[in-house]
Amino acid sequence: MPLPGAKRWLLLGIALAVLVSCFSAQFNRYYLGVAVDVGIAIILATSLNLINGHTGQFSLGHAGFMAVGGYFSAWISLKIGPVDHASWYFPLSLLAGGLVASLVGLMVGVPSLRLKGDYLAIVTLGFGEIIRVVVQNTEAVGAASGLKDIPKYTTLGWAFGLAVVTVYVISSLVNSTYGRGFIAVHDDEIAAESNGIDTTRTKVTAFVTGAFFAGIAGGLYAHHKQFLSPTGFDWVKSIDIVVMVILGGMGRTAGVIAAAVLLTLMPEFLRDFAEYRMIIYALLIILLMLLRPAGLFSIPLKRRPTT
Amino acid sequence: MHFLQQAINGLGLGAIYALIALGYTMVYGVLRFINFAHSDVLMLGAFTGLYAAPRIGKLCGPESVTGAILVFIVAAAVCAAIGMTIERLAYRPLRNRPKLTVLITAIGVSLLIEFTGQNEKFFGSAPQAFPKLLPEKSMQMGSLLVSSNDVLTIAVTIILLIAMWFIVQKTRMGTAMRAVSFNQQAAALMGVPVDRVISFTFGLGSALAAIAGILYSMKAPSIEPLMGVQPGLRAFVAAVLGGIGNLPGAVLGGVLLGLLETFAGGNEYLSTYRDAIAFGILILILLFKPAGLLGRATIEKV
Repeated sequence: MPLPGAKRWLLLGIALAVLVSCFSAQFNRYYLGVAVDVGIAIILATSLNLINGHTGQFSLGHAGFMAVGGYFSAWISLKIGPVDHASWYFPLSLLAGGLVASLVGLMVGVPSLRLKGDYLAIVTLGFGEIIRVVVQNTEAVGAASGLKDIPKYTTLGWAFGLAVVTVYVISSLVNSTYGRGFIAVHDDEIAAESNGIDTTRTKVTAFVTGAFFAGIAGGLYAHHKQFLSPTGFDWVKSIDIVVMVILGGMGRTAGVIAAAVLLTLMPEFLRDFAEYRMIIYALLIILLMLLRPAGLFSIPLKRRPTT
Repeated sequence: MHFLQQAINGLGLGAIYALIALGYTMVYGVLRFINFAHSDVLMLGAFTGLYAAPRIGKLCGPESVTGAILVFIVAAAVCAAIGMTIERLAYRPLRNRPKLTVLITAIGVSLLIEFTGQNEKFFGSAPQAFPKLLPEKSMQMGSLLVSSNDVLTIAVTIILLIAMWFIVQKTRMGTAMRAVSFNQQAAALMGVPVDRVISFTFGLGSALAAIAGILYSMKAPSIEPLMGVQPGLRAFVAAVLGGIGNLPGAVLGGVLLGLLETFAGGNEYLSTYRDAIAFGILILILLFKPAGLLGRATIEKV
């Protein structure tokens, strides 16, 4: 189903994001910051949804790719330093961060995507942690004390513009002829293979694409918070993103976006929530799997058989 | 002699990994999924020991042998109950659902136990000192220094392994376990109470995890709610290394991993990568011999 007028929506979305961004100086800075967080969360959740949801390859290492992209683009920004018009390089540094993250995604994906289910989950978790440990021991990016004084280039326009682009690219990809392969792999790998789909290639493509956007989200995050620390990218962060995907319903783009917005806003507006956040997330995961495995926003009548 | 010293330390560590790995591998045998919450049951065992030890110490006298045995039994019983409860509430309703659903639930259960434990109203995230269960002595054998803890760990493990062998090979329940592991449907048709067998398997695995948790805590300087993650992960690697679903394999994998880790830790070049070793082995074994050292390769039937 090629979305009708999808390109128009894309342009409209970007135009809106840029327009809002022009007036953003008048908004409360706190709310503005939260809004940027929401945009970044949408990118992360949508990109993980491609891997975990559409393609059905359960990955627990998304924060690792986010870390790679974030650190790389922040490092570029710091190297260029306070040159005039340095902000002009910002999209390029984001792109570079995304590309490096996708390269790491390729390196991780090729060996680990031969595995399935439980094994894949634990190996991606391991790789995510290995990435974090490597960052923690790299002096060039501040090692354990973190990377400070990153210029603040991320605006509302960038965050939401790129979120729109991410959603557009991933839904177009999934809805294309090629992208049907992702869903075929998700539904039945053996049947997909018998129908001539190169399943390994499909899985690696999903993984690399997801890692690319995670890297971009990392870059946005770095230039938004202006500070990166390796502990911010541990497995708890990966779980955060996984919960968004599960809550929204794996493979349901609209649901995942809604879940990303909801779960980013909740800790901001419920102060007492922070202490119990992870406990509630854990309970949410269990209850959703028991009662609504297709996500909170799913229509229970229409059940799609999954493998 | 340095070599022998390291081998003894490694054996002590490997014995603990073996006990934990048995739980992973037994549950995999009957349910074909990895119980992510197993490492947290280990942590709960250690905390049960922490709370039970002073009370039992009052009863039987501090650092007495009866007291120590009682602590082990209490922790094993509590954790067996917890393991069976987890299976009943979280896993049994999902028995016939897609594997991914069960996997996500298992991760959820693991997170729930960890973060509930970290909450200040429960154990709190600060490390706590584990009480001494038995007087600690070190024996000098030639140039070797053998701590009583290592001897205790290895002895307890050997006793438990013999008990396990007896349960699995000689009792009715053990036969039923093997039947369910071989073919669940056929076992059910032959009148094996599959639900009870699975419940028993969880109980047995969790009891072993609890004992491993206490043995681990006796060596560790302190315990905290995330203490299970590292040994749990390594025991999982041990189970895969030996061939998941294979009981002797789990023991072999555990001992091998304990030895490897200790020797790597003793080597000054490798010691910084000590934590990465388990994952490196896991990735290598999954890529080159996914069935493990003692496992048989299975053919995927379409």
